[in-house]
Amino acid sequence: MVGFSVNGKRVNLDVDPSTPLLWVIREQLGLTGTKYGCGMAQCGACTVHLNGEAVRSCVAPVSRAGGKSVTTIEGLSPDLSHPLQRAWLEEDVPQCGYCQSGQLMSAAVLLREKPKPTDEDIDEAMTGNICRCGTYPRIRKAIHRAAEMVAKGGAR
Amino acid sequence: MIRRKLERRDFLKISVAASGGLLIGFRFPGISALASAQSSPEQHASATTFMPNAFVRIGTDERITVIVNHSEMGQGVYTSLPMLLADELDADWSKVGFEAAPVDPKYNHPAFGIQMTGGSSSVYSGLQQFREAGAAARALLIAAAAQQWNVDAAACLTESGAVFNKKGQKLTYGHLATAAAKLPPPEHVQLKDPKTFKLIGKPIKRLDTPEKLNGEAVFGIDVKLPGMLTAVITRPPIFGATMKSFDDSRARSMPGVKKIVAIPAGVAVIADTFWQAKTARDALRVEWDEGSMQNFNTTEMMHQFRERAKSPGTRVRKDGDATAALASAAKKIEAVYEVPYLSHLMMEPLNCAVDLRGDSCEVWTGSQFQTIDRANAAKIAGLPPEKVQLHTTFLGGGFGRRANPQSDFVVEAVHVAKAAGVPVKVIWTREEDMAGGWYRPAFLHAIEGGIDASGNAVSWRSRLVGQSIMAGTLFAAVMMKGKDYDPASVEGVDDLPYEIPNLTVESHQAEIKVPVQWLRSVGHSHTAFATECFVDELAGLAQKDPYEFRRALLQKHPRHLGVLDLAAQKAGWGKPLPKGMGRGIAVHFAFESYSAHVAEVSVEDGNVRVHRMVCAIDCGQYVNPGIIAAQTEGGAIFGASAALFQELTFENGRLRQTNFNTFPVMRMNECPQIETHIVDNHEKSGGIGEPGVPCAAPAIANAIFAATGKRIRKLPIRLSEAV
Repeated sequence: MVGFSVNGKRVNLDVDPSTPLLWVIREQLGLTGTKYGCGMAQCGACTVHLNGEAVRSCVAPVSRAGGKSVTTIEGLSPDLSHPLQRAWLEEDVPQCGYCQSGQLMSAAVLLREKPKPTDEDIDEAMTGNICRCGTYPRIRKAIHRAAEMVAKGGAR
Repeated sequence: MIRRKLERRDFLKISVAASGGLLIGFRFPGISALASAQSSPEQHASATTFMPNAFVRIGTDERITVIVNHSEMGQGVYTSLPMLLADELDADWSKVGFEAAPVDPKYNHPAFGIQMTGGSSSVYSGLQQFREAGAAARALLIAAAAQQWNVDAAACLTESGAVFNKKGQKLTYGHLATAAAKLPPPEHVQLKDPKTFKLIGKPIKRLDTPEKLNGEAVFGIDVKLPGMLTAVITRPPIFGATMKSFDDSRARSMPGVKKIVAIPAGVAVIADTFWQAKTARDALRVEWDEGSMQNFNTTEMMHQFRERAKSPGTRVRKDGDATAALASAAKKIEAVYEVPYLSHLMMEPLNCAVDLRGDSCEVWTGSQFQTIDRANAAKIAGLPPEKVQLHTTFLGGGFGRRANPQSDFVVEAVHVAKAAGVPVKVIWTREEDMAGGWYRPAFLHAIEGGIDASGNAVSWRSRLVGQSIMAGTLFAAVMMKGKDYDPASVEGVDDLPYEIPNLTVESHQAEIKVPVQWLRSVGHSHTAFATECFVDELAGLAQKDPYEFRRALLQKHPRHLGVLDLAAQKAGWGKPLPKGMGRGIAVHFAFESYSAHVAEVSVEDGNVRVHRMVCAIDCGQYVNPGIIAAQTEGGAIFGASAALFQELTFENGRLRQTNFNTFPVMRMNECPQIETHIVDNHEKSGGIGEPGVPCAAPAIANAIFAATGKRIRKLPIRLSEAV
């Protein structure tokens, strides 16, 4: 049994502890917003927060989550109100959309750690997240925009 | 104004809702209501909805649902096509949603005759269709209102989802839906004067964005059916290899494993979960008969291509006498350009879910080729195609891979479902997706060109060597149209716009058993690289500025000139750059649109960095400039990724690249600043999904020459191979 919390809800699962957290989230918990892209921490599509830190869930065994708190894209906000989600809407960022959960989860940690990120900060935080459609220019703009929203207040 | 008679059969009868069953899928943006993917759009039409034609449903709750017959793979069709319909309908855009069309001939591509998404053609081929559907619905709503008010229809106006009259009366579309459903369809529809468009031409935000920001969007890989199992397949390590035997003694007893079965594609492990299936799959021992490709290697193949290019190929184009003109040219130059096999590498690996029953079959996948996938699934299921329902999910990227002439990823899933006896989803690992074939073919272009004493280009001879993507497919007859070469191999060279009096294009078709297919921008992905680099080399030979050299050769091609000038002007062509930096330019026509890029690069310590790309695009009358900019930026990045990083190579028949670490994609820290400038005109609409790709590689390569004096003739770019 592995016990942890997901988006604030406590779960106890009878699962092989070596199973990657990604597949437990997707298949056992039915939270399919977190995506499989590479299986080797190369693309970032599977990024979730583990006790607030961005981790690539495709290479993190579920045992690593034991007793900890996991946040997935479904838990970023209940209603698209996170400043990053609002900025993503305003910049119309996604194309196919498959990588965007991971992009948002990586950006959320960046914004928390560095409320006014520079382009270099964005490069550093976001380079682990691949977008095959090429939405990088809009992601960059949206992160700056979200930072402005937070700075002006009115956002969480 | 355009008037056209509508066929009676274009209209559907209203039927009572008969939905139910499984709920997956397609949410209205911003609304959590689920549409049943198991019922057809007509079945949705009920006492509470009005479905005047196959493309739109109007609810008494004011909701307008546009049924879209093209797949959403990032290119924005779930927004741009609804915009066309909603504009003619005078709908309230905030009430407009979308739904993927089921497979039905009425959703066939108007030009290709099957239901599909490709060729950057969704918007321009759907322009008339979606506008007429909206105008027809509007006419019925007006007729219903006129009847209620007992006034002439001509006295009614529409705006923002309602019909008005001069007395100030107003009825919303939702109120009119039931009455409108009882009226006969209009004989004629009248389309708007483009000057009165409210949505078309504006950067309307995409309808599918909200659900892509909270995990709700359903891609094929996310489909879950009651009692569904997951399968992972071991496929042959070499193309053409066949299975001799397999040993599943370990795998069989592993947790969650339900069944292990040989299918034509390989050996499938069916288990409760993906991870169990994959773990057991990895424990299989399979013995292969390696077949005729076991010694295949790409270095040797390119060497053979080079040799073959020394002899004349099949004639594609012949203006004047290039050989004679070369012999008498004042100066001449020869260059050989090489491009490798490429993987589409969609972020979402291939997958397909199948629920096969005795007399029916349902398939869920991200398809670009619905008619063909359904027919191929039906063949394996032993059912007529009408008994197979194919549900198109969101596509986590397509780039052409999900339009497979053999429906490889669908067919194998039906085979697995037959063995499983319960609903099953096949998921490809990234490594299998990359090794699975259907690549952009490798190509070699051998080009010779000459200039006269004044530096004018007088001769050009291109010889191409590479595999045909059409040969051997059911498209060969239609697409090759009796030609003895594949037009998709030479597109972009066969219509080279430069005014060169003596110009020959010849094609050699290579027969290699690596499965190849269209990849975003198809032949243009390599022809633009070869031709636009070679034009630059000719400019160098003539000691002329590469932009001015092109201008002089394009005087009869105003739209090429238009994008070329726009890109050059916006990029500040001719303004000095710091040492170690260079600017390169390229222009190309593809998919009915004109595109030009200027790249700015620096070369430092042997590293190439692209700093800025200025893109100009002329796609004629445009629908959504926001989406056009996104596609152009994305296309430039897609092309730059290939130019800088990507190649698939084979050694002893085995693919050497396996994942993103060996087949890299441009990342945030490598991404240049990109600007898109759209030409504003009322020419016929062109495509936008692919035209952004071709110019990226040559613009970057030409910029490297400007920075270093070295020519790039092989992709991916390696300075050590520059000449």
